[in-house]
Amino acid sequence: MSSFFGSSSSGAPAPDMASRKQAFIDTYRQEMALTNAQELMNKCNEKCYAKCVTKPGSSLSGSEQTCLSHCLQRYMEAFNIVSRTYIARVQKERLSDTTA
Amino acid sequence: MADQFDEATRKELANFVQTEQAQAHLTSQIHMLTSMCWDKCITSSPSTRFARGEEGCLANCVERFLDTSLFMVKQIQEQRDRSQLSR
Repeated sequence: MSSFFGSSSSGAPAPDMASRKQAFIDTYRQEMALTNAQELMNKCNEKCYAKCVTKPGSSLSGSEQTCLSHCLQRYMEAFNIVSRTYIARVQKERLSDTTA
Repeated sequence: MADQFDEATRKELANFVQTEQAQAHLTSQIHMLTSMCWDKCITSSPSTRFARGEEGCLANCVERFLDTSLFMVKQIQEQRDRSQLSR
């Protein structure tokens, strides 16, 4: 819109604009991080409930709680292994794409 | 929202969002693969560390899934080429 009215692009944007830009970027990143954390939590819940609470009783037993806490750690570890492997592969494919 | 930025800043932010969306796509793929490979590879009950072979299975699971996806694309291309030849 502003270009339509011939706003001059000379000089740095107003400091106000720079801080609003930074605010936009920060908010966006926070939202993404939150979405990511929620997805991971939901998955952990689902997978670990399936593995650890096979016969739901009137409360979580001690052994179920131990299992859940181990499972949580293992799922995070699995996420990191998958992440590392996937990213390494994507980078490898990209490299062979550019050389081919 | 858009009105509070000048054109250069809007372009910059559009680029930023594009990069972040590519990153988000990557992350959602990683979630999907973790879920799928967890089901395929983790058969023991969770303890302080992975059972033997489970870690390797997770890495293989990712690699073979990507191999499969490349393989399928090639197969479909070949089928298409064959059907065009016979036409």
